[in-house]
Amino acid sequence: MNALIVVPTTTWYLLLSAALFTIGTVGVLVRRNPLVMFMCIELMLNAVNLTFVTLGRRLNDIDGQAIVFFVLVVAAAEVVVGLGIIVAIMRRRSGITVDDLAELKG
Amino acid sequence: MIIIGALGVVLRKHPVHAALSLVLTLFGIAVLFVAQHAEFLAAVQVIVYAGAIVVLFLFVIMLLGVDQVENLKTEPLAGQRWVAGVVGACLLGLLGAAIYTGADSVISRGEGIASNVAGDNPDANIQQLASSIFSDYVMAFEITSILLVVAVVGTVLLMRRRTVVKS
Repeated sequence: MNALIVVPTTTWYLLLSAALFTIGTVGVLVRRNPLVMFMCIELMLNAVNLTFVTLGRRLNDIDGQAIVFFVLVVAAAEVVVGLGIIVAIMRRRSGITVDDLAELKG
Repeated sequence: MIIIGALGVVLRKHPVHAALSLVLTLFGIAVLFVAQHAEFLAAVQVIVYAGAIVVLFLFVIMLLGVDQVENLKTEPLAGQRWVAGVVGACLLGLLGAAIYTGADSVISRGEGIASNVAGDNPDANIQQLASSIFSDYVMAFEITSILLVVAVVGTVLLMRRRTVVKS
């Protein structure tokens, strides 16, 4: 009975986290919509959080969970500021992608 | 399930569908947090990410118009998808190789994580996390509070419509 339940090891957690981070990276590289790019950045942050928790458990240390707490706070602040910037840009010019934002090019 | 949600974020055309896929991934990660005895972080993950951040995303999507379905067929830059795929495969291979070679070198050194399941104290995880944050990292905690205030004030200033100042 117990043999049927596969206990995921640290390696599997880390590999899942690596896969999530890769998907987020490819999403940032491929997608053009700034909102979806933001979601992909959230995906990468979550992958790193999963790595922190996994290694914190492996190392028997609570610091891994403490730093995830701070990452959550910083991610919340980052999303607020980023979405504010996106809304401010979109208000002026509707329906744009990141390719159109070349105004600051020298 | 987590991978499906993550792929959904990247592959769905509609931004709303991408946000809902993100919710799926975030809930899956919260379940993994519970499985690794990080119950407080799982609760915070569900409340902050799935509750607040995704709602914020959906709010902005609705504010900017929901019918902006992105055309994923055309490729704006020539060869960009191909290069991105190669970069992603290289990154995944690199991370996988690092994990496989370094997995055995991790040595337990800490004082142990209090688990809610093992001990008879049901709040052991929260108490240990709180004692860590409020004693060892209290300075970082205060700095994050300043960061949050700065972010909120900056966003409010950014979103304020420009009014004519009558002097």
